[in-house]
Amino acid sequence: MEIKVGQNILAANDAVAADNRAAFGRSIFAVNLMSSPGAGKTTLLERTIDYLKDRLSLAVIEGDIATSFDADRIRRHGTTAVQINTGGGCHLDAQMVQRALCALDLTDLHLLLIENVGNLVCPAEFDLGEAAKIALVSVTEGDDKPLKYPALFRDARVFLINKIDLLPYTDCDLHRLRSAALSINPGLTVFEVSCRSGAGLQDWFSWLEGETHRWRGRDE
Amino acid sequence: MHELSITESLLKIALAAGEKGGAVRITSIRIVVGDLTQVDPESVQFYLDVLAKGTIAEGALLAAERRPLRAACRDCGREFGVAEFQFVCPHCNSGDTAIVSGRELYIDSIEVEGTEDLACGT
Ligand SMILES: Nc1nc2c(ncn2[C@@H]2O[C@H](COP(=O)(O)OP(=O)(O)OP(=O)(O)O)[C@@H](O)[C@H]2O)c(=O)[nH]1
Ligand SMILES: [Mg+2]
Ligand SMILES: [Zn+2]
Repeated sequence: MEIKVGQNILAANDAVAADNRAAFGRSIFAVNLMSSPGAGKTTLLERTIDYLKDRLSLAVIEGDIATSFDADRIRRHGTTAVQINTGGGCHLDAQMVQRALCALDLTDLHLLLIENVGNLVCPAEFDLGEAAKIALVSVTEGDDKPLKYPALFRDARVFLINKIDLLPYTDCDLHRLRSAALSINPGLTVFEVSCRSGAGLQDWFSWLEGETHRWRGRDE
Repeated sequence: MHELSITESLLKIALAAGEKGGAVRITSIRIVVGDLTQVDPESVQFYLDVLAKGTIAEGALLAAERRPLRAACRDCGREFGVAEFQFVCPHCNSGDTAIVSGRELYIDSIEVEGTEDLACGT
């Protein structure tokens, strides 16, 4: 005998993500930063915090399988960081973020930066309640990444290409990398940056600051 | 690897549906997976074999149906099949397109044996 079910498998996650989204409302701009291990997520956040911490009130949620290294790095930049250890899990889910929110003071917070677990596949399937997904790829990973992991690029608002200081030592074709991502998602905003030299970062900072104000209904 | 948490959710939904329908055994679970959804059915089956032990879904087989990736253009209104993840409209070259199918991940139905089926069998 057949029983019709017709239920989204991730419905439970999506319901908690909706709760998170409601908790953020239009007062907190939450971003979900995703990349392969070592592409430079934490370094980007350190740079971003240094620039934005006197301009906005911000906090960080750090997803990691087992350590608190990344949260410790963030705290050294004078920002609140909550560590989530997934205990082997390859991605953050909405419930983990919900628990982390209990440890944060959400009043007067403008911007919440969430570093997902280093992985281009699994995190893309789990809505956390964020306002924007950010995909980050470093040039040393090769220019075929968007087409190998299209779901992340389809859902992202921003594509950050990091480590451009290393371009002379790689065979990465920046144009190919960029156009592959744009064919998957023509609406992507692309930034080419180096968290080492600082090249291109100002444009990213301005975007993030501007979008945070826009989300909160203020034009600067 | 995220197939573990996906299988946990899937099993919870299947068991609830089975129990509500008075099933004593769930023999198969039919899921629909879009071509852009990154879930490996073989890996789900592997976790299902482990997680379903001791439940009415023990030994249940997973049947996965794929859905092709299709998009609709917001400018010219036409629908098209998305080949090689090229989301630009092939008719008018617009980049403003929306996914119509290919991002699915849901349980369509379960195949069960109810109390009556068992009574007939014995
Ligand atoms: N040359 C160069 N190195 C960089 C750049 N950005 C980050 N790195 C280095 O790359 C390494 C990894 O950076 P992280 O910021 O820890 O990367 P991550 O993505 O947070 O890594 P996981 O959290 O482990 O997934 C570090 O040694 C950084 O110093 C860059 O723009 N250029
Ligand atoms: Mg990190
Ligand atoms: Zn069109």
